[in-house]
Amino acid sequence: MSIKIDKEVLEKFTCYTPLKAPEGMKKEEQMKLFYRMKLIREFDTTVKDLWMENKIYGLAHSYVAAEAIAVGTCFALKPDDAITSTHRGHGHVIAKGGDVKKMMAELFGKYEGYNHGKGGSMHIADVPHGMLGATGIVGSGMPLAVGSALAADRLGTGNVTICFHGDGGTNQGVWHESINMAAAWNLPVIFVLENNQMAIGTELKSVSKEVELYKRAAGYGIPGVQVDGFNVFAVYKAVKKAVDRARNGEGPSLIEAKFLRLLGHFVADDQWYRDLKAVEPFWKLDPISRMKDYLLENKIAAAKEIERVEKDITKEILDAVNYAANECTEPSVETLYDNIYADGEIIK
Amino acid sequence: MRNITVRESLNEAMRQEMEIDETVIVMGCDVAIRGNPFGVTKGLLRQFGEKRVIDTPISEAAFTGMGVGAAAMGLKPIVEILYSDWITLASDQIVNMAAKMRYMFGGNIEMPLVVRAPFGAGGGNAAQHSQSFENWFNHIPGLKVVAPITPYDLKGMLITAIRDKNPVIFFEHKRAYQMKGEVPEELYTVPFGKAAIRREGKDVTIVSYSMMSIHAMEAAEELAEDGIDCEVIDLRSILPMDYETVMNSIEKTNRVVVTQEANLRGGFAADIVAEIIDRGFDLLDTAPVRVGGLNVPMPYNMGLENYVIPGKETIKKAIRKALKD
Repeated sequence: MSIKIDKEVLEKFTCYTPLKAPEGMKKEEQMKLFYRMKLIREFDTTVKDLWMENKIYGLAHSYVAAEAIAVGTCFALKPDDAITSTHRGHGHVIAKGGDVKKMMAELFGKYEGYNHGKGGSMHIADVPHGMLGATGIVGSGMPLAVGSALAADRLGTGNVTICFHGDGGTNQGVWHESINMAAAWNLPVIFVLENNQMAIGTELKSVSKEVELYKRAAGYGIPGVQVDGFNVFAVYKAVKKAVDRARNGEGPSLIEAKFLRLLGHFVADDQWYRDLKAVEPFWKLDPISRMKDYLLENKIAAAKEIERVEKDITKEILDAVNYAANECTEPSVETLYDNIYADGEIIK
Repeated sequence: MRNITVRESLNEAMRQEMEIDETVIVMGCDVAIRGNPFGVTKGLLRQFGEKRVIDTPISEAAFTGMGVGAAAMGLKPIVEILYSDWITLASDQIVNMAAKMRYMFGGNIEMPLVVRAPFGAGGGNAAQHSQSFENWFNHIPGLKVVAPITPYDLKGMLITAIRDKNPVIFFEHKRAYQMKGEVPEELYTVPFGKAAIRREGKDVTIVSYSMMSIHAMEAAEELAEDGIDCEVIDLRSILPMDYETVMNSIEKTNRVVVTQEANLRGGFAADIVAEIIDRGFDLLDTAPVRVGGLNVPMPYNMGLENYVIPGKETIKKAIRKALKD
């Protein structure tokens, strides 16, 4: 029953680690990790179908294959901690405890959506839950996270901020500037690098000589670690350590969660530019199949129990689609100028 | 009332607001120990400490973005761009983040961010330390943009800017820091979106802001000797813009000159003239006249620089043109 990872994959993916729950992690907690990852998978699989059917539009970037990173990371947080996101924000919203109905409504462009139909997939945000918004400009969330950490420090809230970003973002100038400042002032921020090794159609190795990106941390005098980004427990453990450190006033860390983008850059990208045969074997590393396998093999959950969770998730997403498609309303033109400025002020 | 300099009035605005609001912080290159190159933030570090007055690395994009994040999470940052020319480095964070986050994110975020930007030419600072970019930011919904010039307005409007829940780009003219004027000691605010009529007149309306309103006043006083009666409007606030005051004035004078220091092409004056025509073409007896800098990078040589920047004489010439026919 256990998933066998091909030798060729292990040779290429040297940061592979077998799943192993942290000591003392309860069954319910492990099931919650599985649930959240699977919910992201179901959400984004459905989004792709909806996009192909022209039910949703614009640019939607899938979080498929990265689920372990958002879920493992956010599991190490308190509700008041903040996260900044990337253009691939659906997984971050769900991992932070967001509402799939409101998110689906937003992707449908409906008024009842998180952003009242003005943000869509690329700007999905759940600010009240500390998800400070997806951004379509690669790397632009970096200083935002440092500012959030600065506010937490100055206001004495004790909260930490997670800065999700990708390998593409690591070659923006603000990546360097932001980590440098956070390190200089020991701010409570953790830079979680989702290294999927691809920037749209450009491979990391073709634009960076040193592809072990965690090593860059040394240049800023902060800890840098690399973890198996397909392994939810490995991500959780690394982030937990960094969060404890940050809460203790010991400053930022860089965590490189290495994985591989298994799907296209955005939902309709057919990846003609990529050798998909070489990608195929990496599906064996799929974080959700591995987690399911782990739960069964270690008799943490019975097959029936997992099936029930999966069934519930299917229904939850179907309900969200039904809500967004049939129960929500189009935003009226009267709302066009709302929220450009605070407190109802309108400047035309 | 006491007379103090622009530098002192700005310093006092920040100091007094920081005294009553602990969430106000100041950051930028050299703002703490040195008190910025112009002395505007002098003494703030000593009074409020390094947690609230922060010398940043030379990382305009990231420290402006840090201000954006801090504003979103409960602080009121005043970010200084040492010379406004370098706001280009921070523009992504201002234009794509600060200005849009509330709108994109469903109204669930506040953005009480002030970006102080010393701007303007004069003194031979050449092409990278002399520019006026106000119209770039005027173009961006979600921002507020102001450029007051009197010590009174600078203090009152900086306090308004700090208290505003929206991102404000606060343009201070570098050549004005030594100028003096009456400034009350207490805290007060001057609202955005309300122009000031600096001189009443019946023959021609001169629309101006920042240093151009000083030159417009000089021009108006000299032309008064020739019997030309100019009305001088100091806009103070660019976005929001007080068209009501401008149109009321044109209704009276039927002639208008619009001035800016920035080079003329694609400038704010063009936008103002277009709006005046939309709102009241029939009020005009003659074509509106624009005054602005020449379309060149600012030359170092001060003779050339003076030739490029509009001043009293340029404005006088424009007024005479508007009065023809």
